[in-house]
Amino acid sequence: MSEPSESVPGIADLSRRNMLRGIGLTAMIAVPGAGVLSACATGGGSDNSSGQAPANTGSAANPFGVKEDAPLEVVIFKGGLGDSYATDVHEPAYKKKFPKADVKHVATQKIAQTLQPRFASGDVPDVVANSGSDLMDNSALQTEGQLLDLTPLFDAASIDDPSKKVKDTLVPGAYDAGILAGKPFLLKYVYTAYGLWYDKNLFAKNSWTAPKTFDEFKALCDKMKSAGLVPYGYAGSNASYYQYWMILISAAKIGGNQVLVDVDNLADGVWKSDPVLKSAQAWAEIGKLYMDKSHEGLKHTEVQLQQNQGKVGLYPSGSWLENEQKKDTPSSFEYAMTPTPSVTAADKMPFAAIRAAAGEVYFVSAKGKNTAGGLEYLRIMLSKEGAKGFTEKSGNITVVKGATEGLTLSPGNKSVAAAQVAAGDNVVTDNRLEDWYKELEKELRSQTNALMFGRQSAEQFCENMQKKADATKADSSITKQHRDK
Amino acid sequence: MRQGKYPFIIGFLAAPVIIYAVFVIGPYLQAFYIAMTNWRGVSANATFIGFDNFERLFHDDVFWKAVSHHVVLLLALPLITLGIALFLAFLLNVAGGSRGGGMSGIWGSKFYRVVFFFPQVLAVAIVGVLFLQIYRPDGTGVVNSLLGTIGIDPIRWLTITQPWPQFNLAFATILSVMVWQAVGFYVVLFSAGMSSIPAEIYESAALDGCGRFRLFFRITLPLLWDTLQVAWVYLGIAAFDGFVLVQVMSTNEGGPDKATTVLPLEIWQQAFYQSHVGYATAMGVALFFLTLTFAVLALRVSRRERIEF
Repeated sequence: MSEPSESVPGIADLSRRNMLRGIGLTAMIAVPGAGVLSACATGGGSDNSSGQAPANTGSAANPFGVKEDAPLEVVIFKGGLGDSYATDVHEPAYKKKFPKADVKHVATQKIAQTLQPRFASGDVPDVVANSGSDLMDNSALQTEGQLLDLTPLFDAASIDDPSKKVKDTLVPGAYDAGILAGKPFLLKYVYTAYGLWYDKNLFAKNSWTAPKTFDEFKALCDKMKSAGLVPYGYAGSNASYYQYWMILISAAKIGGNQVLVDVDNLADGVWKSDPVLKSAQAWAEIGKLYMDKSHEGLKHTEVQLQQNQGKVGLYPSGSWLENEQKKDTPSSFEYAMTPTPSVTAADKMPFAAIRAAAGEVYFVSAKGKNTAGGLEYLRIMLSKEGAKGFTEKSGNITVVKGATEGLTLSPGNKSVAAAQVAAGDNVVTDNRLEDWYKELEKELRSQTNALMFGRQSAEQFCENMQKKADATKADSSITKQHRDK
Repeated sequence: MRQGKYPFIIGFLAAPVIIYAVFVIGPYLQAFYIAMTNWRGVSANATFIGFDNFERLFHDDVFWKAVSHHVVLLLALPLITLGIALFLAFLLNVAGGSRGGGMSGIWGSKFYRVVFFFPQVLAVAIVGVLFLQIYRPDGTGVVNSLLGTIGIDPIRWLTITQPWPQFNLAFATILSVMVWQAVGFYVVLFSAGMSSIPAEIYESAALDGCGRFRLFFRITLPLLWDTLQVAWVYLGIAAFDGFVLVQVMSTNEGGPDKATTVLPLEIWQQAFYQSHVGYATAMGVALFFLTLTFAVLALRVSRRERIEF
């Protein structure tokens, strides 16, 4: 990669300044002077852009050859997971291993706004938790050579069992989820299951059961409605993606995971295919009959609070929900998760299938000052001790196999574990378009709101999404990605 | 002294001119350059692509939607704000009639003057969050619970896209907050303008039997023209912004269905959410020309002969 293609005029001109006479001419200096400046924003940073890890000079205890006094900067997204898992568990563990190293902790809720200028200027942190609604575009970062290839990390020996590679200590799919352009650039650390969440105690009290089909779903919604609840709801203001997950999960259940693979590959006509259309129709009906239109103007925490107050029946979300709502959940409220109901009797995947995926991206900056330290930090996160500490502090399960042994799980996590067992191999795949095609994702949010809050039909939804997908495919400025499965 | 005049002047001018060049002109020129690149903003690589970004802009529905909102804002924001501000300033300064050698406002005007200025003191983001609760769509919102007491169902202030795409309830709701926030400043501005109008003019008009209504249109308004013109340009430029309130208040960031979006919000999203900094900058350049055109036009159109007094 090269420096931006622009000339840097003006330095010679500046020396002529003293010869200029008069105010008008003085003002003209500003122009070439600014030419020098225009190199600033796009001119920073040296180019060590191959995305390669440092040469492996390490020992068994220190496989990446970390310099023991090299400082390490860790930036953590402080959202639903908090940041105490980093400050109380992982960072102390790193410091214990390298007592001379200075670990700098930065917590932010606005990852992109905090870090994008730093990436542009070349002053990058070593480890980044790239999460939240203001995360940076992973695929853009990778294309621009900002991400370190994590292959050495996944091939290194695990801290707990040196005979195993780190890769083999993770649950299936966790390694694949972090692949961009054929290489593992991302660590997706948190094991997340997605489904419909409800209050187990409220359901037991009313002798309601979680619905297995959309017909049961509608029957249950009618019962809830007559009990004075809003049967189903999500927050349109900032969390419409919770709902499009459900639409895409249903589409996958109808037509198999290939539907989602096609969606991510921008396959021709996939949005207008039968599974997507049927799913959109089924969900649009729920939206029309059983949702509260005012939810479109509310934020996710506001709708979640209404559920805690017993005003909302079912809520689509992932397994971070319980922890996020910890402070607001009354003691009588017990979270439980159920898979999305089956749409047709001929669905390719059974009701028990859940979308479970590795989520929450962590990466090491390729241009960071301590890349080896960054890899080691991630290796510590992937140790059983690190993962256990994370679960204790954040209330979420990690992708590290068997790291919950000996922990008492919360009701919500228990129901997730049960759903995981029931699902077996029937796992709905994740959507990569969220990482790959941000504009398409943005459109999907808009269209989902329009569908669920009754401003357009399922046919229009499919039509509009197909149009945007085609436009994305035709846009040469967007780097295309591909997945086989 | 004659001999060293120019080095002396240049010596004094150099510092401010350089600072201005570095921090104002530099970024402007830089923006024009970045607008013609495909810079993603996450590294130092930027390829020059000429006018591709502008061509794309031309075919971008969302861009034109945002522009149409600015046009509506440009008409509605100054008209409503100036109308209310003039009315209130008149009440505060002149409407009380002549007392003790000068015109005075209605009873309690000094108190009102301070109260009207309060919104200006609050940070815009705080105003946005406040009004988000005031216009909350369910029955617990301030406005909706008041309406509830007289039996009106909750109104979804910020999510209704009727009646027109350019000017719908959601957008009008946000506009109302912009007006609320701006009025106080212009009341104070006009108050200052009115207090500099000589009392004799009012007195002689009043002696000739001029009512308050005519007093306002025949005396106050013409003599306030300069101030009004400045206010018009200020508000016009403000109409090209609107970022904070739309960002904080609108649903799904400029939604529903982009019915409330404005250019600065789109720029922000393109730059920080989609990492298309080059394209975002092209939008910024377009916005720059829109604002510039407006300012020039506004000053031209409203130019009038000054009345000396």
